Amino acid sequence: MFEFIQYGFMQRAFIAAILVSVACGAVGTYVVIKKIVSMSGAISHAAFGGVGLGYLLGVNPVVAAIPFSIVAALSMGAVLEKVKISEDTAIGILWSVGMALGIIFVNLKSGYAPDLFSYLFGSILTVSNTDLYIMLVLDLIILMVVFLFRREFLGVSFDEEFSKVVGLPSTLINMLLLALIALSVVVLIKVVGIILLIALLAIPAAICKQYTYDIRKLMISSTIIGAILTSLGLILAFIFNLSSGATIILVLGAALFISYFIQE
Amino acid sequence: MSLNALEMKDVSFSYNHQQVLEDINFIIEEKDFVAIIGPNGGGKSTLLKIVLGLLTPDKGEVKVFGREPKKALDLVGYLPQYTHFDLDFPIDVFETVLMGRYHGMFKNYTSEDREIALQALKDVDMERYKDRQISRLSGGQIQRVLIARALAREPKLLLMDEPMASIDPEMQNSFYRLISHLKDRMALVLVSHDVGTVSMHVDKIACLNQKLYYHGPAEEAGEGLEKIYHCSLDHISHGIPHRVLRKH
Ligand SMILES: Nc1ncnc2c1ncn2[C@@H]1O[C@H](COP(=O)(O)OP(=O)(O)O)[C@@H](O)[C@H]1O
Ligand SMILES: [Mg+2]
Repeated sequence: MFEFIQYGFMQRAFIAAILVSVACGAVGTYVVIKKIVSMSGAISHAAFGGVGLGYLLGVNPVVAAIPFSIVAALSMGAVLEKVKISEDTAIGILWSVGMALGIIFVNLKSGYAPDLFSYLFGSILTVSNTDLYIMLVLDLIILMVVFLFRREFLGVSFDEEFSKVVGLPSTLINMLLLALIALSVVVLIKVVGIILLIALLAIPAAICKQYTYDIRKLMISSTIIGAILTSLGLILAFIFNLSSGATIILVLGAALFISYFIQE
Repeated sequence: MSLNALEMKDVSFSYNHQQVLEDINFIIEEKDFVAIIGPNGGGKSTLLKIVLGLLTPDKGEVKVFGREPKKALDLVGYLPQYTHFDLDFPIDVFETVLMGRYHGMFKNYTSEDREIALQALKDVDMERYKDRQISRLSGGQIQRVLIARALAREPKLLLMDEPMASIDPEMQNSFYRLISHLKDRMALVLVSHDVGTVSMHVDKIACLNQKLYYHGPAEEAGEGLEKIYHCSLDHISHGIPHRVLRKH
């Protein structure tokens, strides 16, 4: 029954599952412990503007989404620093304005984009070698930044006021974290799509957080759990001929539910 | 000549046009032990945040050991009034205290940093809990860990915002014992609204309610206390300050 492993597209899909899990383990952990899940949701939806821009300019939408979502994330951070607007409001606005921009960009080009759906809901079975290289490079950047700034990310996530008091550049670090979230969003887009990806980013860390209090173990276990659950979703989607992104998300959701149950 | 730990000259501060501090002139000498007393909303926490460079005054001058507040952060330790963090956060006691040793980006914690952090935990009698996750501590134990985090900075000026609020009376005694050991190492500032006990331990009292009404020896603070509590009698009754302010 494991003959699917022979297909090239399935092999690429499994590699993609592992590559997304690295981003989920490293960045998803901060998203969960710093409680910025909805902020990350807004960044992921804003990335759709980048996808649309990619169509308009005729470049790979995933590549176009990189600078676009970083700029969106940083402007969000800057607005929250400088302007008197509640975080909640800013999140809601970024969320839909980013999506709206994407749609207008697509309109401007042709009005019809053949595989737009795959960016919205994911399609892990169509991941190309180029996609895998992009994901790998972004993963490496993410891991390097997390390693270099692990003390700072921990500090601002745990106690921002105290981190300022010991001279930690908290504004800069918050911005850097938002940029990392933007990069993770791009890593995840092809696998589960913009609309579903926040669950993939947050659920592995949310599951593992119940079982460990060590942030390193949390990152590593989230990566492993993420890879297992994403692969499981992929296999189920293949066997039952279901939409891969949605199946992966449902497997994650079920696992989270069961983990809470066990913990009780 | 040695520098004063803190000098505030004509400092005023407001949050969105609401005046909170007005023309504060305040000097804390090296190794002073000062209690800042005042009613809720009197601006005590705000004053500390100005000393820490977290807030910038509308006018006036603040010098911490002769430097701008933000340039003196390596000399100042801080115990906040409220803990802002999520108790469920994945961090243990030792890592929490180690944060007090932060020296800047790309700088690893050295073995000396680790020793100092461990010593700070010993000072507050918490070293046996060093590997424990913070959610599995009691309120009083967390307070001690946060004192250790402030001490790990090896400050020359230690600012403590209402440290008594979350600890029981027995702990308070051990807290004062700890503080009395720190007295010859650093200047201590203790925010409190419990005039009674605090005045038996500190050298000087500052009475703050938007303005600084009194700053001087604890024994003579009675009149200043009456002034700041004049329109806010919910904390102490009038007779008490005079009676409790006599040192034993
Ligand atoms: N972040 C803030 N924004 C607006 N007003 C504030 C803020 N923090 C404190 N205040 C107000 O400033 C005044 C002084 O507060 P604070 O310094 O916390 O007093 P204390 O510590 O003496 O109780 C209070 O009236 C309070 O409501
Ligand atoms: Mg206060």
